Amino acid sequence: MNTTVKIGQLELKNPVLTASGTFGYGLEFADFIDLNRLGGFIVKGTTLHHREGNPYPRMAETPSGMLNAVGLQNKGVDYFIENIYPKLTGLNTNVIVNVSGSCIEDYVATAEKINALEHIPAIELNISCPNVKQGGMAFGTSAKAAEEVVAAVRNVYQKTLIVKLSPNVTDITEIARAAESAGADSVSLINTLLGMAIDAERRKPILSTITGGLSGACVKPIALRMVWQVSKAVNIPIIGLGGVMNATDAIEFLLAGASAVQIGTANFIDPAVTVKVVEGIEAYMQRHGLTDVNEIKMLM
Amino acid sequence: MKKQIMDLEVLSLEQLNERNVLLKLHCPIDGEILAGQFVEVRIDNQKDVFLRRPISVHYYSEESHELWLLVQLVGKGTRAISRLEKGTKINLVLPLGNGFSLPEKPQKTLLVGGGVGVAPLLYLGKKLKEKGNEVTFLLGARTSSDLMQIACFKEFGEVCITTEDASEGESGFVTQHSVWGKRQFDKIFSCGPTPMMKAVAKMAQERNIDCEVSLENTMACGLGACLCCVTDTKEGHKCVCTDGPVFDIKELKW
Repeated sequence: MNTTVKIGQLELKNPVLTASGTFGYGLEFADFIDLNRLGGFIVKGTTLHHREGNPYPRMAETPSGMLNAVGLQNKGVDYFIENIYPKLTGLNTNVIVNVSGSCIEDYVATAEKINALEHIPAIELNISCPNVKQGGMAFGTSAKAAEEVVAAVRNVYQKTLIVKLSPNVTDITEIARAAESAGADSVSLINTLLGMAIDAERRKPILSTITGGLSGACVKPIALRMVWQVSKAVNIPIIGLGGVMNATDAIEFLLAGASAVQIGTANFIDPAVTVKVVEGIEAYMQRHGLTDVNEIKMLM
Repeated sequence: MKKQIMDLEVLSLEQLNERNVLLKLHCPIDGEILAGQFVEVRIDNQKDVFLRRPISVHYYSEESHELWLLVQLVGKGTRAISRLEKGTKINLVLPLGNGFSLPEKPQKTLLVGGGVGVAPLLYLGKKLKEKGNEVTFLLGARTSSDLMQIACFKEFGEVCITTEDASEGESGFVTQHSVWGKRQFDKIFSCGPTPMMKAVAKMAQERNIDCEVSLENTMACGLGACLCCVTDTKEGHKCVCTDGPVFDIKELKW
């Protein structure tokens, strides 16, 4: 049985990745799972400079999901390289860094620094964070801006370049095509949906930022629809995410046209869910007499 | 101790008062749970409850492997916990968080709790007493029926009580109890409503006594991965779930 998937130059031993911002630096989950069982994991959003993130409250539970307004809290790319990267180099899986910024120059400078790291085979360019005031989602909601930032990063980054798309747009296929034409090796979708939660008793928004990013089981139908639409619009591999809670959800994304999936919010509810999805996909392939995981996206 | 995901059997569930239940679980683990650590409880079959609920360890016995959780009924998640039946299983991630720091040499300790915040102080009292510390509990409530587990606390130290309506112990808030004037303490631990902990922290600062507080926040992962449960410290935002829940008051901007 072949479970290997190729994303650009990246070879994943299976199509299961984790979503940035939900899996820390991987090590937070090492008590629960063998990280080497994963196709890879995507570490939290990294920016050129230290970011304190948004004030709290940053989280609101919603029906079958949650809103977050973390705002890309991280200690900056140099801190990552000096203090965290050395702890990740011994793993036998793909460690991918999610790169974010508030201007093109920052994205480029961060990508260049990550490009020099031998054990980081890919970056995921985050042009879709709904929780930062400048940049972030602004790059992901206009085809022209997306094309500019992807092209600029492509110019300095030689390894696999994944671009993470925002669902907060009228036509996601337009942005996906822009990323493809600017040289992206893959697109991942969807980032969180912009949402809001209100405390009726206190008559106040729950999040400090009023609005935040919605994730969890509730977003899956939207994510599936967008993956399906984008799969008809581009020729580069798609990484599907949004509400994957179990192996069946993951297979639905593969059927919709994704080559791989990311597991996000589900990690909070079951810190061992990723390995269960890896095993569940294998069991599905066996049950359906499939010998290659790459066949799944052609079955529907 | 390594963090684990476990299905634990419900041994009993007791309604302590209108708003709180005591859940006893069979928890056969090898390692040590530290006082002040917490667990994340998965809530099954409850509409609109998506995330786990963080609950502090009220008591743990290494001998009988009993784990006690004191649960305040605040919403749908905690109410679902209160409907669990004896013999059923419940899924926990544990142990989480840093825990209180125990003094290296025996000291005179004061453990100040308010409301359901008394929960982690029982296990802390046990650990402190085992290490030869002198333990005094100072427990506050609005009224006598809000006081919980007093007989259990008495096993590990002297118990001082305040109630706002003078229905038991001394009248007023924990900060107004006469024990502050009568006794010297080397270390204070506190858990309860934030205004209470801030008042306790102020008294500790005035008396130049080391003080640790256990904070609460809405959490998603409980593992330091999502960065949702941060609190403001002198070194910037820190996660209540992994950098805490216990913080030295010197770290906080109080």
